[in-house]
Amino acid sequence: MIKYLLQLADNALILGHRLGEWCGHAPEMELDIALTNIALDLTGQARSLYQRVAELEGLGKDEDDYAYLRDAWEFRNALLVEQPNGDFAHTLFRQFVFDAYNYHLHQALTHSKDEWLAGFAAKSLKEITYHLRFSSEWMLRLGDGTELSNAKLKAAIEDLWGYSGELATPNDVEKELAQQGIIPDLNLLKPAIEAKMSEVFVAANVGVAAGMFMHIGGKDGRHSEHLGFILSEMQFLQRAYPGLEW
Amino acid sequence: MTSLNFEAIFQSKIDDEVKIEPKDWMPDAYRKTLIRQISQHAHSEIVGMLPEGNWITRAPSLRRKLILLAKVQDEAGHGLYLYSAAETLGADRDDLVQQLLTGKAKYSSIFNYPTLNWADIGAIGWLVDGAAITNQVMLTRTSYGPYARAMVRICKEESFHQRQGYELMMAMAFGSPEQKSMAQDALNRWWWPALMMFGPHDAESTHSDQALKWKIKRKSNDELRQNFVDVTVPQAEYLGLTVPDPDLCWNEERGRYDFGKINWDEFWNVVKGNGPCNRQRIQARTKAYEDGAWVREAAMAHAEKKEQRRMQPEAASKAA
Amino acid sequence: MKKEWPLWEIFIRSKSGLNHKHVGSLHAADAEMAIENARDLYTRRNEGVSIWVVESKHITASDPDDSDPLFEPARDKVYRHPTFYTVPDEVSHM
Repeated sequence: MIKYLLQLADNALILGHRLGEWCGHAPEMELDIALTNIALDLTGQARSLYQRVAELEGLGKDEDDYAYLRDAWEFRNALLVEQPNGDFAHTLFRQFVFDAYNYHLHQALTHSKDEWLAGFAAKSLKEITYHLRFSSEWMLRLGDGTELSNAKLKAAIEDLWGYSGELATPNDVEKELAQQGIIPDLNLLKPAIEAKMSEVFVAANVGVAAGMFMHIGGKDGRHSEHLGFILSEMQFLQRAYPGLEW
Repeated sequence: MTSLNFEAIFQSKIDDEVKIEPKDWMPDAYRKTLIRQISQHAHSEIVGMLPEGNWITRAPSLRRKLILLAKVQDEAGHGLYLYSAAETLGADRDDLVQQLLTGKAKYSSIFNYPTLNWADIGAIGWLVDGAAITNQVMLTRTSYGPYARAMVRICKEESFHQRQGYELMMAMAFGSPEQKSMAQDALNRWWWPALMMFGPHDAESTHSDQALKWKIKRKSNDELRQNFVDVTVPQAEYLGLTVPDPDLCWNEERGRYDFGKINWDEFWNVVKGNGPCNRQRIQARTKAYEDGAWVREAAMAHAEKKEQRRMQPEAASKAA
Repeated sequence: MKKEWPLWEIFIRSKSGLNHKHVGSLHAADAEMAIENARDLYTRRNEGVSIWVVESKHITASDPDDSDPLFEPARDKVYRHPTFYTVPDEVSHM
C-alpha cells in the first residue's frame, strides 16, 4: 500500500514540479495562471499522499522527508511525468495523457475498499476532471489550429508516445492491490482511457503509428536520466543544510 | 461646451472625489499618464514573476513550494487586472507588451535585482511587497475608477504576500546560523532597492505634482518612503537583523526614523538598463512571447474554425 | 497581420441569490477559454459560483454626454419612492 501511495504521490509531485518550471514563461499570461493552478493542485495532492504514507509507516517522518530525502531509485513515478517540458505541445500532450489516465483511475478509486483512498480520490477527482477538460480542449486547439501547431503536436506525440503505456500497465504492486479490491484492475480501465484518447485524437486530427515500443520501469524506480536533475534542483536546500526548518 | 469647460468639470469631479469612469471626458494628458502608470505597474507584476519564479523548483518544503507558486501566480493575476484597467482607457494589451519588450516602457527597477539565496524570497515578500503595499493602499483611492477597483482587489490579495514573506524571514532569522546569515544577506541586498521603489525625492520627481492634482497619486514619494521605513525598522529589529544603514536612528522630535542617503546614481543606472538583471528579464519575457506566438495563433485559428463550423454546419460537413 | 486573443468582459455571481457582477476583463481565443481563464483569474479565492463572459465588442454602453436626458428625468419623480407618502405613526406594517 505504501509503495502504491508513493507511486501516486510521486507522479503528482514530479509533474507539478515540471509545470512549475513554466511559471513566468508560458505562451500567454492567462496560461501562466492555468498551468500554475494545475501545479498547485498536483503538489497539494502529493502532500496529502505523503502525509498519509507517513501516518501508515509510523516512523515519525513528515511529508518533506519523502519529497526531499529520497534518491531517484526510491521514486516511483511513471517515466512520462519526468520528461522535460519541451515546447508547449510536449507539455500539453504529456498533461493530456496523464489526465486521461488519472481521471479514470481516480473515478475508480472513489470505490476503493480503503476508506482513506476513496475519500482522497473523491476530493482529487474534482481537480483532475478540470485538468482533463483543460488539456483536452488544448489538444483540439493545437491539433485543429494551424498547420504549424498540428505539426508540433504530432512531433510531441511522436516523442512522448513511448511513455504513454506505462501508466495503465500494472506492475506487481498494482496487481496485488487490484486483487484485494483496493485499486481497480488497470487492464479494465484501459478501454475507457483509450476511448477518451482516440476521441480527442480524431477531433484534433492527429494520430499515432501503431505498435510503438512502450517504456516501463519508472513505477519500480528505474528512471530516465531526467529525474536525477529534477531531484538535484528540488532537494538542493534540504541536502545542503540537513535537518533544518524552512 | 469648450474644452476649457470640460476640463473645469473634470477637475471639479476630481476635487469632489467623484471617480472618473472609462467613457467620461478626460484630458488627454490624464489618459496618457494613467496608461503609462497602469501599464508600468502591470509590467512590474509580470516581470516580477521572474526573480521569485526562479526559486519555485528549489523551494525547500512542499508547504513553501505551494505558497510560492500561489504567490507568483497572483502576480500574473495582478498583471492581468492592471492590463485590463489600462484597456478601459483604449490601450491595447499587445501594444503595451510590445512597449515592454522593446524597452520603451519601464517597469519597477526592483525586479532587476537577482534572487541569490532562499531568504531573498522572504525579503521580497516582506520588503518589496511591503513597499508596494504602502504605495498600493494609496492607489485604492485613485481617481480613475477601474484602476482603483483593480487596486482594491490587488491589495486584498497582497496582504498574504507580505505576511508569508515575513514568516519566511522569521523561520530563517530564528533558524540555524547559516539560515540567519542568509536572512541578513538578503536584507543587506534588498533594503536600499526597496527604499528606491518609492521613486526620486519629491523635488526631483517630474510627474508628481500633476499626478497629485489629478489624485492619481495621493501621497508624495518621500512621504510614502518615510511611512515604510517607520513601520519596517521595528520589524527588522524583531527578527534580530541589522538594517544596512549606519545613519538610521530614531528621531524623538519628529517621532519618525531618520535614515541615510539613497544612492541615486545606482537608482538611475538601473532605470537606464544597467541593473544586474535588466537584460535577462527582458530576454526571458521576449522568449516567452515569441515562443508562445504559435500557441496563441493556434488557439485563435481553432476558435475561428469552430465559429465557421457553427455558422455553416452544412458547408463544413460537405467539406469534410 | 496581428491577431491577438480578443478581450472579454467577465461577470461573476459570488453566491446563489446575488446578481452577476462585472469584475474586469481578460483575453481568450473563444468563449470556453474565456470561462476557464475567468475561473483561474477571478475566482482563485472562492469568489464565485457562476461565470458569464461576453466579448467586449458586443457591449454597448450609454454615452456619458447623454446622461442628462437619460437619467435626469427620473430624479424629480419623487412619487415613485415610499418616503414621498405620509402615513400616521399609529398605522404600522406599511
